[in-house]
Amino acid sequence: MFTRPTDDLGVTITFEGNAVRARDGDSVAAALLAAGHLVFRETAVSGAPRGPFCMMGACFDCLVEIDSEPARQACMVRVAEGMRVRRQRGAADYASAEAVE
Amino acid sequence: MSISVDLAIIGAGPAGMAAALEARASGLSVLVLDENASPGGQVWRAAEENAARGKSLDADYAAGAQMAQALRQSEVPCRFGTTVWAIEPEGRVYFSAGGRAESVAAAQVLLCTGATERPLPIPGWTLPGVMTVGAAQILLKTGGLVPEGRVWLAGQGPLLRLYAVQALVAGATIAGILDISPPPSRVLGLTDLPAIANAAEQVAKGVRWGRTIEAAGVAWGRVADISAEAGPDGKLARVKFRDEHGEHAEPADLLLLHDGVVPNTQVSRALGLEHMFDPAQRCWRPVLDPFGRSSEPAILVAGDGAGILGAEAALITGRLAAIAASLDLGKLDPALAHKRAGPLFKRIAVHRKFRAVLDKLYPPQPPVLDDSDLVCRCEEVTAGQVREAAQLGCLGLNQMKSFTRCGMGPCQGRMCATTAAELLAEARGVPVWEIEPYRGRFPTKPLTLGELAALDSA
Amino acid sequence: MRDQADTRYDVMVVGGGMVGSALAYGMARAGARVALLDEGDLALRAARGNFGLVWTQSKGDGMPAYVRLTRESAQLWHKFSDELSGHAGRDIGYRQQGGLDFCLDEADFAECSARIARLHNQSGIEAPRMVMLDRAELQALMPATRLGQRVVGALLCHDDGHVNPLYVLRGLHAGLRANGGEHLPGPPVTAVEATARGFVAHRADGFVTAERVVVAAGVHTQWLAAMVGIDLQVRPVRGQNIVTERLPRMLPLPASALRQTEEGVVQIGVTYEDGVDQPATTVPGLAGMAARAVRVLPDLANARMVRAWGALRPMTPDGFPAYAASATHPGAFACACHSGVTLAAAHVNRVAPKILAGDLSAFAAFDPARFKGMQHVHAAH
Repeated sequence: MFTRPTDDLGVTITFEGNAVRARDGDSVAAALLAAGHLVFRETAVSGAPRGPFCMMGACFDCLVEIDSEPARQACMVRVAEGMRVRRQRGAADYASAEAVE
Repeated sequence: MSISVDLAIIGAGPAGMAAALEARASGLSVLVLDENASPGGQVWRAAEENAARGKSLDADYAAGAQMAQALRQSEVPCRFGTTVWAIEPEGRVYFSAGGRAESVAAAQVLLCTGATERPLPIPGWTLPGVMTVGAAQILLKTGGLVPEGRVWLAGQGPLLRLYAVQALVAGATIAGILDISPPPSRVLGLTDLPAIANAAEQVAKGVRWGRTIEAAGVAWGRVADISAEAGPDGKLARVKFRDEHGEHAEPADLLLLHDGVVPNTQVSRALGLEHMFDPAQRCWRPVLDPFGRSSEPAILVAGDGAGILGAEAALITGRLAAIAASLDLGKLDPALAHKRAGPLFKRIAVHRKFRAVLDKLYPPQPPVLDDSDLVCRCEEVTAGQVREAAQLGCLGLNQMKSFTRCGMGPCQGRMCATTAAELLAEARGVPVWEIEPYRGRFPTKPLTLGELAALDSA
Repeated sequence: MRDQADTRYDVMVVGGGMVGSALAYGMARAGARVALLDEGDLALRAARGNFGLVWTQSKGDGMPAYVRLTRESAQLWHKFSDELSGHAGRDIGYRQQGGLDFCLDEADFAECSARIARLHNQSGIEAPRMVMLDRAELQALMPATRLGQRVVGALLCHDDGHVNPLYVLRGLHAGLRANGGEHLPGPPVTAVEATARGFVAHRADGFVTAERVVVAAGVHTQWLAAMVGIDLQVRPVRGQNIVTERLPRMLPLPASALRQTEEGVVQIGVTYEDGVDQPATTVPGLAGMAARAVRVLPDLANARMVRAWGALRPMTPDGFPAYAASATHPGAFACACHSGVTLAAAHVNRVAPKILAGDLSAFAAFDPARFKGMQHVHAAH
């Protein structure tokens, strides 16, 4: 687990519907880990639970759904007020989003 | 909008920053591209942000903030949050920021993409709660996250010790360090003394780190057969290992792995640059002349991506590459170029000698995996399936990949290449450098089809 | 590789790709002692760059014999796929429920309709079962799939399907070994010559001898076949491909340049780049394919591509297969085509036995002598 000795947590996002307080400039991954969340997704291959591994955009294990956009790398996205983060469960489903033509 | 520059620099770590400043001094037009939000690469990640908060991990890290400031003040154009995904050998660089793809034409392209951690695959390495030491260090630098609970470090290399110290200073508790390196007395000899003497400062730093860790009461031992086990919730619950006293199983909340770093060759491979195998570091790197010029006329490489030498050396190789680019573009007088380069070559030689000592202290070891353990994290391909590929007539990673799906996931082989090569080499009974690595193709980072489509002129 | 001078192979096949491997497997299965000489890891290997279609709808427009061969191969594919899956140790993913060619405007639609008419009108053969679907009919086939606004309809061929081409190759190699054949990967063959008792093939690590030789070396077939008196013109035509991350089921049937595999990734093709001999990818090529894919399935716009590659198709002057027996070097044969997956079943079950019998007269229509004086036509699909 990780702890963070600071009270400078001015941004609030949600993970699986629950509030998570974060610091401005945090990656989504850092914010979630600091809040004690280790499982970010279930793989599309076997459904196995996964979480961040490399924190530098190379491993693609920290994939989450952000504001309805599937399969975003949590370590590469900065938190924003009100951001809704959910676990990526299996394959990315883009069909429910607005079509771009 | 079509832009063109003399020199496009990929990566704003130490090498990229040093190159940018040197190139600017020669009057080149420069564009620096980096996927992080601010300069620093990995070693100085978030140095600017931390300096603004009045925080710094140590003197080395503070140097990063100073370098970043120099870069900003130089007004060299920089695009952060920008991911390069394709480069044409003639010099056009394609990149994306904010979901939009663009390109720049560059007379010369300098790759400063740095290093990645050598994967240390152990049974259970995909469990939530198992991460790399580098990941933990990034969390400390960018978010101030301190590991807590039953925290174990496993592996070898300077970064392992450095992070342990940084974490302890920040208030972490570390249950133990599982060391896979051989005893120094077994690998070093009298011939190594000169190099060690010349790097007295680094050696002293290493010794200080060791003392700090010891003083904090962190258990430290040389072990083998490390594995991670899950609890009923599917997350890391235990770490197991074997030492001279026998088998151990210890409760664990966090396991941080590290086995050194290797050059990041995704882009250099996709460009088709010639590569060579470094037997001491057991990894591939681009074939370069002393300035960093590659086998392609418009492409240079500097920093750890050219060969692992560390941050200080990256500052030097970055400058050397910029000198070469300036020279080749006719913007620097040859006599002046060689005058600047001379002392830099001498300093690099010292770094190389010390690196040779480190390579002996922390020799990369072939993976120890059962057939059922995972090699490819993305496609969940096991060691057994990779080994079987040798029986299927696969001589190298590309045919193995086509038969097993190992390496076909979004990480494009970054996490499995070194392991797969070791396993296939062992199964075939040949040295690991005879195993053809994954052939890379652009795009080297995933982008959406919509982004790609927007570039279609038809 | 040890010098194979004293091993009596009945036949050696030069080329371990889709064509060579199928012929080698077919001959081994028929009881011959077979050696398959294959290049190493970085071979050009069109077999690894394949789109994976088992396709009849676009084949043989202008050559009835090819329509027939394709149709026959497609019919053999069901049983063939079970056989190969057994050898591969995994389901090779053959699914045959029809194949589409999406039409993005009226000109596309007219061209597809005309193609159906031409194939039906070719005398003497039964054409593949094809119909044109308007947009409503197409949508009814895949009610949950959002089609792009520009999609006006599609050609549907009931006889078409797709398969995992990489697993096909894996199955062919395994099948060869299971039938006593030897797969010999290594350096490329540099020369083939006649000897007193047959032929010898040289490579950097040694040589192999056999009574008969089949040159099936993809884009390298022409110069190797020339060594045994066969003039078979083949040139490279590059095709690029894109593969996405895994996606939920969105495309139930494969299309000519768009298909969703068993694993759930969407594969997108293809370019036709003549005169290119490097299997690299290009941004313009990839962008064009991505643009077309998004026009057909707009939901792909936000999907991420994970891999891209280029491969060199071995293309004959008219785009149709060539099978030849050497007149000057009896016992030497050469085979080339760019539809190695579709024809794999026929290669194993029809062509391989004829090669063993030493009589290719059944394939006279495919004799490369027809290329003499032929202009290179536009690369056929």
